[in-house]
Amino acid sequence: MKHLISMQDVSTKDIMKLIDLADKIENKKINVDMTGKLAALLFFEPSTRTHFSFETAVKKLGGNTFSMSGTNSTSVKKGETLSDTLMTISMYADLIVMRHIIEGAARFAAETVDVPVINAGDGTNQHPTQAMLDLYSIKKTQGTLENLTIGLIGDLRLGRTVHSLSQALSDFNTKFYFASPSHLQMPKYITDDLDKKGIHYQELEDIKEVMHELDIMYVTRIQKERFAVLEDYEKVKDSYIITKKLLEGVKNNFKVLHPLPRVNEITTEVDNTKYAYYFQQAKNGVYMRQAIITELLNLKY
Amino acid sequence: MNKEKLKVDPIKNGTVIDHVTAGKALKVADILNIGNSTKEIMIGLNLSSKKMKKKDIIKVENREISKEEANSIALISPTATLIIIKNYKVVKKFGIDIPKEIKQHIICPNSHCITNLEQVKTRFILAGKNPIEVRCAYCEKKYFIDEVKFSF
Repeated sequence: MKHLISMQDVSTKDIMKLIDLADKIENKKINVDMTGKLAALLFFEPSTRTHFSFETAVKKLGGNTFSMSGTNSTSVKKGETLSDTLMTISMYADLIVMRHIIEGAARFAAETVDVPVINAGDGTNQHPTQAMLDLYSIKKTQGTLENLTIGLIGDLRLGRTVHSLSQALSDFNTKFYFASPSHLQMPKYITDDLDKKGIHYQELEDIKEVMHELDIMYVTRIQKERFAVLEDYEKVKDSYIITKKLLEGVKNNFKVLHPLPRVNEITTEVDNTKYAYYFQQAKNGVYMRQAIITELLNLKY
Repeated sequence: MNKEKLKVDPIKNGTVIDHVTAGKALKVADILNIGNSTKEIMIGLNLSSKKMKKKDIIKVENREISKEEANSIALISPTATLIIIKNYKVVKKFGIDIPKEIKQHIICPNSHCITNLEQVKTRFILAGKNPIEVRCAYCEKKYFIDEVKFSF
């Protein structure tokens, strides 16, 4: 792997290799050395969480970072092309981590510069490091990625994390349940791909009836602003809030995942149950990003 | 077939592009740079066809269109057949192969795609054949061929 742009480019073998590497880093079985290397964290679209996670990952490996957040005080504001900005930055940095609101910007970056590029989110398209840390979290909690029953709940239409994740899991014989309001369903291009691969999935309006079957429930936020009429939001919002009561009778190995930030879709009473895993999931993100950086920069350990 | 012969004269040497999607012959001629040629050219539009109901046909004198050239019309007329004629006889006949990757000719309909905002040539991956479906290599959105515009 030279770059990490899209889960479409990541093979099952790559996934297992990165999970294994993340595990070795987390459990201190290896000691990776990034000393003397510099990562540019280019967040053209601001993001606190992913930005900090990458910064932590680089620093824990012994490397260093320089970063930008937003485009207000940069040459972009002066009208410089993305291509020129990237070329210049690549003269300083050993690695570029980039988030951009424009779809395909990360692929373009990878084709423009000679240093490795990690896509930290390009518009509504891909967010592969999130998908990888989700897979790592699933593997850690379930011991395997094979033959699991996974419920994806919330805004499945616009949430790029659920798209990348369902694509990645489709190679592991997953059984999916998709629960969302009717106008926020999984896009057809995703379900078409699942159909082609012969993957079982069912679209539901309510997740309640299948809770006892699930190994993982992946929750995303339903944004109020996606509804044209506030009344419509009020009608559906409670169907997609995870409460302690909803978790009664779930399997012993069951875990709730969420890419964060959450607003009210998981009540705080769930945090203290053994099923809550979203904060550990964020922590896993640092190990997985360390593993991805190690792999792309071919770091010694 | 006899009826068609009455409508369009046979050629001595050259290429017949048959079974062109009805209404697309002028575009095909444009892509294959036939329109700018000084050679004899016959174009038939909306002719009756047993196989396709309606079809277009192009006959070009004294030019042998290669398989590679022919494949460049795959997206707008995948059903076309090319017949190479020498001395009034058919010497070669071949269909169109739809390329797995199409560079620069398709404009991505996604206004948020980088290809519409930076100086970058588009690249599409063939995602389905019947009907033809393509996926942008950059923004990864999928479109049916009828949904995209071309720049030839």
